[in-house]
Order: sequence, then structure tokens, then C-alpha cells
Amino acid sequence: MLRLEARPAPSRLFAWASPVLSLLITIAVATVLFIALGKDPVRSLTVFLIEPFNGLRSITELGLKATPLILCSLGLALCFRSNVWNIGAEGQYLAGAMVAGGLALWVTEANLGLNRWVFLPLAIIAGALGGAAWASIVALLRDRFNANEILVSLMLVYVANLLLNWLVFGPWKDPKGFNFPQSVSFADGAAIPRIITGMRLHWGFVVALLAALGMWLFMSRFYLGFALQVGGLAPAAARYAGFSSRSALWTSLLTSGALAGVAGAFEVAGPMGQLTPYVSNNYGFTAIIVAFVGRLHPLGCVLGSVLLSMFLIGGELAQSRVGLPSALSGVFQGVLLFSLLACDTLINYRLRWLPAAPRPGAKAAQAAGATA
Amino acid sequence: MLRLELAGISKQYPAVRANDRVSLCVKPGQIHAVLGENGAGKSTLMKIIYGAVRPDEGSIYWNGREVQIANPQVARGLGIAMVFQHFSLFDTLTAAENVWLGLDKSMTLAEVTARIRVVSGEYGLPLDPLRPVHTLSVGERQRVEIVRALLTKPQLLILDEPTSVLTPQAVEKLFVTLRQLAAEGCAILYISHKLDEIRALCHHCTVLRGGKVTGEVDPALETNTSLSKLMIGSEPPELAHRPAQPGAVALAVRGLSLAKLNPFGMTLADLALDVRAGEIVGVAGVSGNGQQELMAALSGEDTRAAPGSITLFGQDIAAASPRKRRHGGLHFVPEERLGRGAVPTMSLAMNTLLTRTGAVSRSGWINTTAVRRLAEDLIKRYNVKAGGPGALAKSLSGGNLQKFIVGREIDAKPKLLIVSQPTWGVDVGAAAQIRGALLKLRDEGCALLVVSEELDELFEISDRLLVIAQGRLSPSVPVAQATVAMIGEWMSGLWPGNRPQPGASAGSAAVGQNTEVHHAAA
Repeated sequence: MLRLEARPAPSRLFAWASPVLSLLITIAVATVLFIALGKDPVRSLTVFLIEPFNGLRSITELGLKATPLILCSLGLALCFRSNVWNIGAEGQYLAGAMVAGGLALWVTEANLGLNRWVFLPLAIIAGALGGAAWASIVALLRDRFNANEILVSLMLVYVANLLLNWLVFGPWKDPKGFNFPQSVSFADGAAIPRIITGMRLHWGFVVALLAALGMWLFMSRFYLGFALQVGGLAPAAARYAGFSSRSALWTSLLTSGALAGVAGAFEVAGPMGQLTPYVSNNYGFTAIIVAFVGRLHPLGCVLGSVLLSMFLIGGELAQSRVGLPSALSGVFQGVLLFSLLACDTLINYRLRWLPAAPRPGAKAAQAAGATA
Repeated sequence: MLRLELAGISKQYPAVRANDRVSLCVKPGQIHAVLGENGAGKSTLMKIIYGAVRPDEGSIYWNGREVQIANPQVARGLGIAMVFQHFSLFDTLTAAENVWLGLDKSMTLAEVTARIRVVSGEYGLPLDPLRPVHTLSVGERQRVEIVRALLTKPQLLILDEPTSVLTPQAVEKLFVTLRQLAAEGCAILYISHKLDEIRALCHHCTVLRGGKVTGEVDPALETNTSLSKLMIGSEPPELAHRPAQPGAVALAVRGLSLAKLNPFGMTLADLALDVRAGEIVGVAGVSGNGQQELMAALSGEDTRAAPGSITLFGQDIAAASPRKRRHGGLHFVPEERLGRGAVPTMSLAMNTLLTRTGAVSRSGWINTTAVRRLAEDLIKRYNVKAGGPGALAKSLSGGNLQKFIVGREIDAKPKLLIVSQPTWGVDVGAAAQIRGALLKLRDEGCALLVVSEELDELFEISDRLLVIAQGRLSPSVPVAQATVAMIGEWMSGLWPGNRPQPGASAGSAAVGQNTEVHHAAA
């Protein structure tokens, strides 16, 4: 009989090394998969692991994909640390994208001729409001009716998706767009300024990095951040200290929603330049993996985002260059999360093999509760 | 011939050696005490005898023959029965059904019911076998467990801290039963850390400290001092208790009533109490009689109290949050240290922030240097054995964490300190230190309210005593006029002027037991 036994002192070194370890396991699994698919493993791994870092254009594309992941995962890390299980960052992302998209459309229609640097803060505010409003539905239902936030936030993703579809198939459809479900292209001023001309990477990436820094300070140096985490780690201690669980719920959900909304705003007013049904690349869900790979730490979230964007880009490259199915990057994400959780379990527990003793009737004795 | 002999038993757990070459001999008819502090290895040793835990080394002899006790089934087959500290009964079943479940299936339920009546009569353990367990008091539940053990006609009965849930009167009754059982030849292993009980009841005493046997004595020939010296390795320090100088009323509770929050809670009914500056008021009672609910209402964790029912220096605080109450000078030490008084996975330094915000600026910025300094200071002044301010709260022993938490609240210079179970699960040395700190705080003019299940402790430090039973509070009595017997009666709700409880069931009276307190959560 195999049994998990708690380790007296889990190794601190391995607690930090476990994301690296799980990455190595993922690479090993990938190698086996490549061989099984009849592809050259060295070439395939190069496409997955090296190509996304090869050259300025690749690196800026990596940063572009990492931007929404960083923003979404920061908010999720805060929620998870506060014991609020928001898994609907995707919906909040879409809500932010819709509000910011609406703003960009309005700027375009009114022909305001805005400067991109004036539009940037407006887009951030619009996205944050949209995302926070979407998350506030979750907070309200949880607060007033004790509705499970996991279910509500998840289901609201689909509502947001349908709402976006309705907009681009209906009122916001480009009349000259040959009936394609998409809005008009935004005016030149209604876009996020780019960092390097010719590259798609925009200043939203810098905003995301600043947000990570801010989140790190908030979690480690601000009393409100401390109070939120106490609520997540030990609810009774939070009650004892007098930290309100309601305010923790609202603070973490609104912050997380706002960050996801900003991510959506950046995406729609950044590389896309118009609203389509495909605003998101599942960033809101991928960010859940990022948050855990990053140990729910803001700086870990940045590293995790780079890692996961590498998988996203590597998956696209593998499809075009090696002819591998694009679903492969989803498989690798799953393997990564799975091995991370497995590593964490084995860091906190050890496996022990117990020889099964012949125990006639032992079950009955236990059922009677006498063994306590 | 010895009934049971243990030779060189050792058991290693990941972090601690719970038993280190322990040897023990029990004769038939002997009441054999196993004395030791929390964590001395008593419970592990008993679980080894009962087959619930397997030893790493050593041998066990039963009636002169070496045996391997692989599981509790084998132990019961040999004639070993055990009554655990935490009962294992199904609330929705009757007493008889619970007993029947634990027996081999050779008897019908009707036969078991009849046997329970006979055995409970023979041993003075009145018990109605047909009553559902959830209507039984804690004492009656314990009787179900004991009767269940006796029905197996044990040659060795193990009792783990059996008196922690009983009033002093119920303890006396239990002792009569145990003496009768011993006289019939049954050996009894009696696990306890209460010295008086062991001296009154037991024929022989094995003392454990840190997993090792540190003494084999006849308890009747020992004093409390000599026993505790064997148990903790040194003499407990004497407390200097000067007469109190009560001042103004700090805390006044009037007509405090609260409906219970869950089925296992207790409804508080019309409580009243006063605590004055410079005095310690003790609240005695069997656990589960409303202590937790009262503490939550006073600390601000539960703010449902009616306006005006709780006042702090004349200010109505019934609806105030814990933080607001702390601003008014009310500090609270809860009974659960890990998870309530401290966050287990946070450092001691961060844990000071739960109740101490001196290092937090108005904008909410935490001055981490000041936080660390405060933790360092508390560690030094209250003799906390810890790796430093960065040590995680869960890495400390119960006693050391309690010293840290009590120190954290005392250091805040409270005007009213409320402490729940100040020395629960704390070793004797640390307990004496905590009591000394509470007395010193009183002498400095602080008002203290102490809730404890340990009567000795309350008699030692309190100036006035109150008793809580069934969600009601007795009037207060100066400690000089109180006796253990009187407080014990009051713990059953029998104080002058207390009207009979609607919740007290007739069944209890029918079996002639009115010395215990009904209690929902065992």
C-alpha cells in the first residue's frame, strides 16, 4: 500500500526549484511525444524552446504575448492568495476589451484625432472599468447570496463571449466589412503606442511590468495586502484581527477584474486594432497556470508569463515549421501544470511503501470508530 | 504474573522520537498511572498497546507471552479495551446501537441493551441505552464508551485523560467505578497530567518526559511538587498573589443574549458580568457551555450583540469591530493559537501585525524594520524559544507560541485583557510564566477576564470567579469564598437562583444524574 506522509521540514530549495523541475519534466515528455509522432526531437525542441527567443522580432512578439498573461495572472495571484477562487479572468478580459473597444470606436467615429499617448491612459481606465464591473457581478453574488465564485466567474466567461459576439455580429459590425463579424479598424490615434517602430510590442508591456512591481509592493509592504493574505491563509485569524472578509472579497475581485480588463484593452487597441470575436487567445485561462507556475508571486508571474508565451509561440511555429498539431502547446501547458502540482506534493509529502498486513475484519473495526 | 509488560519500546516520528526505549509493567488489579506533559509520549505509548500504532522496536508481553498487536482488533481479542479522549460515537444512534456497533456480532441488539442495563447497574454507571447519543451530556457519552469497553470483559482498560470533560463531582463517581473494576482484577492504565487525581486514585505511576521513563513511583507517597519535578525536570515556580486593588469598571456586560450560529453551538442567555481595573475575573465551566460564543461576542469577532449589552469604560462596543475594540484598550488572546491567534505559515514578525499596527503608517505602508524589532523584542522579553523574528509561527511549540501571543497582547499595554484558556496544552514551566505575566499585568492596573477549563488555574490567579453553564453565567463569587466543590456544582448549572433549563432533558433526571452539564459538541 502506498501512503503519502507529511515531511517534517519541506525543503525550501526545492520549493523554489519545483517550477524548473516541472519544466524539465515537460521537456522530457515533449521529447517522447515528438519521437512518438515521428518528428526529430532536437529540431522540434529547438522550435519550441530556442526559436521564440531568436532575434529582436521574436523577442518582441514574446513580450506582446506575455503582456496580457502578466496582467491577468497578477490579479489571479492576488485572488488566490486571498482565498477567492476567481477563474473567470477570461470573461473580465473580454469585458475590458469590449469597453475599450467601444471607446476606440467612439474616438474613431467622432474623428477626434487623439494622440496615442492621450489614448493610452483612457484605454487603461476603460479596460479597468469594464473588467472590474464584470468581476463585481461575481463579488456581488458571492457577497449577497453566497454564490460559489468559481462557478459564477466561469459561467460569466461564456456570457461575456456571447455579448462580444452579439456586438460584432450586430450593432458594431463594420458596414463595409463584407459582412465579416468585425468592427471598423480603429483610427490611428485610438491605439496603444508602440515601443519600437515596426514591431508590434507596445507600451502596455511596460505597464504590465510596472503593475507587477506595484503588486509586489502591495502584497509585501502594504497593510491591506497583508490583511488580504491573512484572510486567505487563516480566515479565523483574519476575523480575530478584525479584517473584513467582505472587503477582501471585493478588493481582490475588483483588482483582479480591473487588471484582466486592462489586458483586454491593450490587446484590442494594441495588436488587433479592431474588435473581432477572437479578441482573446485564452489568455485568461492560461493565466491560471501562470499564476501557479509563478508561485502566486508577482515576479514569478512575470517569469511564468514569458514561459507560457514561449509555449504559445512555439506551438504556432511548430505547426508551420515542423508540421506538428497546434494543440500540442495546450498539451504542454497541461503537462507543465500537472508536473508542478506533482512536484509540490512530493516536496511536502514523501511516498512510503507500507507492506499490507493481513487484517481480517480490520475494516469493520474501523467502521465502528474505535480506532479513532 | 504480569498482565502487561512493555520492554524497550521505541517509536520515531518524522520530527520527534515519541517513545525512547520505554518499559512498563502492569499487574492485574493495578491502577497504573502514566504521567507526563503534553508531548511526553503518553498517547503514542497507549496507541502502541492498543495496536493503533506499531512500535519501531521493543517487545510486548501479555500475561507472560510475547505478542504482536497488529491492530485494535487483535488488542480487543486479547482483552484490551481503550476509552479515547475524543469520543467516537455516532450522534444519531442510540447508546445501545453505538455499543452494539463496536462489538463482535455475536449478540443481538436486544441482548446488548439488556447487558448495558446490567453492567451500568453493577458499576454505578447510570445510562439509558435507548437514548440517542446527541441528547447525552459529555459525562454520559463517556459512560457509553466505558460501558462499551466493559462489555468486552477487558483484562486491561486504558483511559486517556478521562476527566478533562468532567465536573469534580463526576470525577469522584468515575473513580468509584474504576476502583471497583480494579478490585475485580482488571488492570487499568490511567493517562493524565493531573497530579491530584493520580495521587488519589492510582497504585503505581510511571512518569514520562520527552519520550523516556523518568520515574517509577508510588503516587501515594509523593507530593505534587515531587511528581511535577519528575514530570518537567524542575520545580514549578511559586506565584506571588497579592490582594487585588479593584478600580473602575472596565468591562460591563448586561443582558447579553445571542442565538447559536450552528447546531453544535450554544445559545447565550441573558449574561451579565463586570470586570474592574486591577482584578482578574475567572470564568469556569465545562467546555462547550458557551465560552467560545461569549469570547467571540467580547472580542468583536461576533458583532450581533444588542446595542448597549457590552460596554468598555462606559462606551457601547456591542457592534464595534475587533480593531475598534483594540483602539479602546481591549485585547484578546484566543484559545486556538495556530490559525486564529497566529497565521501558521507567516513569520512571527508578520504575525505581530494581526493586532499591533504601530509599524504601519497612515497610508498603509508597513515599516518592516519596526515589525522585526517588535518581534525580536517580544521573543527576548517573554523567553520565546524561536529561530528569530523570521521563524514561521507553526515552527514553534505550543507553549512558545502562546508566550509570544500573550506577550504580543500584554506589550500593547491593554486596559482590558481577555484570555481564553491561557495555558491549554502548554508545558508547566511556560504555564507558570504566563500566569505570572497575567498577575503582573493585573498589579499594573489592567482588568483581566480569564476563561479556563482548569479549575486549579482559576483558583490560583483569579480574584473573583464566575461559572458558565448551558449558556448562562452564575453570579460572581470572591475566590476566597469559593470551594472546588461549590464551583463544581455550579458548573452543572446549580447555582442559587438559576432557573431550570428548558433544554435539560428528563432522561438525565430519570437516571439520577444531575451533576454534569449537557453539552452539544463532544
